[in-house]
Amino acid sequence: MTDTAWIDAALTSARPQAVGALLRYFRNLDTAEEAFQNACLRALKSWPQNGPPRDPAAWLIMVGRNVAIDDIRRTSKQEALPEDEAISDLDDAEEQLAERLDGSHYRDDILRLLFICCHPDLPATQQIALALRIVSGLSVKQIARAFLVSEAAMEQRITRAKARVADADVPFEAPGAAERSERLASVAAMIYLIFNEGYSASGDTAEIRALLCEEAIRLARLLLRLFQSEPEIMGLTALLLLQHARSAARFDADGAVILLDDQDRSKWNESLIAEGLALIDKAMRHRRSGPYQVQAAIAALHARAEKPEDTDWTQIDLLYGALEIMQPSPVVTLNRAVAVSKVKGPQAALDMIEPLASRLSNYFHFFGVRGAFLMQLGRNDEARTAFDRAIALANTSAEAAHIRMHLDRLQRDSQPRGKKAGK
Amino acid sequence: MLYAILCYHDEDTVGSWTKEQDAAVMKKLAVVQDKLAKQGRLGPVARLLPTTSATTLRKDDPPLVLDGPYAETKEQLLGFYLVDCKNLDEALDVARDLGAANPGGAYEIRPVGVFQPGSVEP
Repeated sequence: MTDTAWIDAALTSARPQAVGALLRYFRNLDTAEEAFQNACLRALKSWPQNGPPRDPAAWLIMVGRNVAIDDIRRTSKQEALPEDEAISDLDDAEEQLAERLDGSHYRDDILRLLFICCHPDLPATQQIALALRIVSGLSVKQIARAFLVSEAAMEQRITRAKARVADADVPFEAPGAAERSERLASVAAMIYLIFNEGYSASGDTAEIRALLCEEAIRLARLLLRLFQSEPEIMGLTALLLLQHARSAARFDADGAVILLDDQDRSKWNESLIAEGLALIDKAMRHRRSGPYQVQAAIAALHARAEKPEDTDWTQIDLLYGALEIMQPSPVVTLNRAVAVSKVKGPQAALDMIEPLASRLSNYFHFFGVRGAFLMQLGRNDEARTAFDRAIALANTSAEAAHIRMHLDRLQRDSQPRGKKAGK
Repeated sequence: MLYAILCYHDEDTVGSWTKEQDAAVMKKLAVVQDKLAKQGRLGPVARLLPTTSATTLRKDDPPLVLDGPYAETKEQLLGFYLVDCKNLDEALDVARDLGAANPGGAYEIRPVGVFQPGSVEP
């Protein structure tokens, strides 16, 4: 790797800790971000000559703080700026001081920084954009690209979100245990949202949006390093890793969806699967189950099956049953029905989802799944009606194309009997 | 003499590499490894999964199981090589070659006492 690539990676990895600490000093997001930017500029000048510091985050915090304090002094007293070298030439003693200052705090600093981004007043998309900008340090351009919107629109979205959180009253004292665990839950939910934003992309944009999945995994790993004994954070990280492991097999060359059963499993990423399985193993030992662990356990059963017919659907049905109790939701029941169809057949599965009809009347997957069950039962006309409704509700062109494939199959199946293709 | 070359690096930094950067580093390292393998000097090589997947067993009485890696340090053990070298100087040369391919972090060079090649497949 070249010098600059190494420095880029070091700056990116130090960012959450450094911005988090600077936010604690200055209690203002803009000042903290600006201080970090200034420290980065100095790092780009100093590190190639003097070599990288042993602890990049501590270096950036110290330099960022000094520069910002000088800026504040300069604007208030109109004093001359001190020599550049005087600030950026930190000796070891100061570096150690910074480390001591931050060692005990940095866990809460990073958590606070993430937590600010999940302010309940912010809509999900703004939370995600803000976290990617502030915590991950992605450029507005990168974020705009991942969200498939213009740079100007994204700039505006982030500015608005920042203005909102600036008025929010997030306490800066170290949080108590209950407060900390609440923050952790909000932050985990936000990381899950970031991942979903990338994961739900359609085939033609999946590659651009994979960035969101990768960033979510990076944040989940970061959170897990800070809270090593939290089984739900292990579960969350495992879930993201196991889902992302399938990304190369989820779409065909034209960007059409490939269902789990039809995926080329040799394209699944073994190393991500190994890490995900290791984490869910660790989490289970704690015997404190939770929704992320259950979802990860379901993903793990899919990952462990070498062939689709090896899948342990009975266990998956049980796990969805557990999830229904923890997080009652028609969408969970719909997913459970797919497992039920494999274990007890399509009629049992259909009976299970009928009561959901009113609540999922605008949900694409409800009609896709319903159509598939009806098709398996040979009730082709009803299946066609369900698929037509699904197409009308499709969110992406890939989803619509996938349903159209089912319709084509129905049409082929009905032709040999001499009937006119239904429409 | 067999030497273990233990690879330490800041996991945050390694985790911040893009897929392309990671692949580029692995490719450069493969060149060094191929050279050693051709000379018949390369033993097992392992890259460990992130420390978040680590569990530590403290051999207290009773033994204590802890989540996470053993040492809470800035730089973590991320992998290792076993290499056959005449002496420390040669082992250091190998480590320098590896270091040129993958700068940053540190290698700890440890002579190996007992070595059983084992029989597991990757």
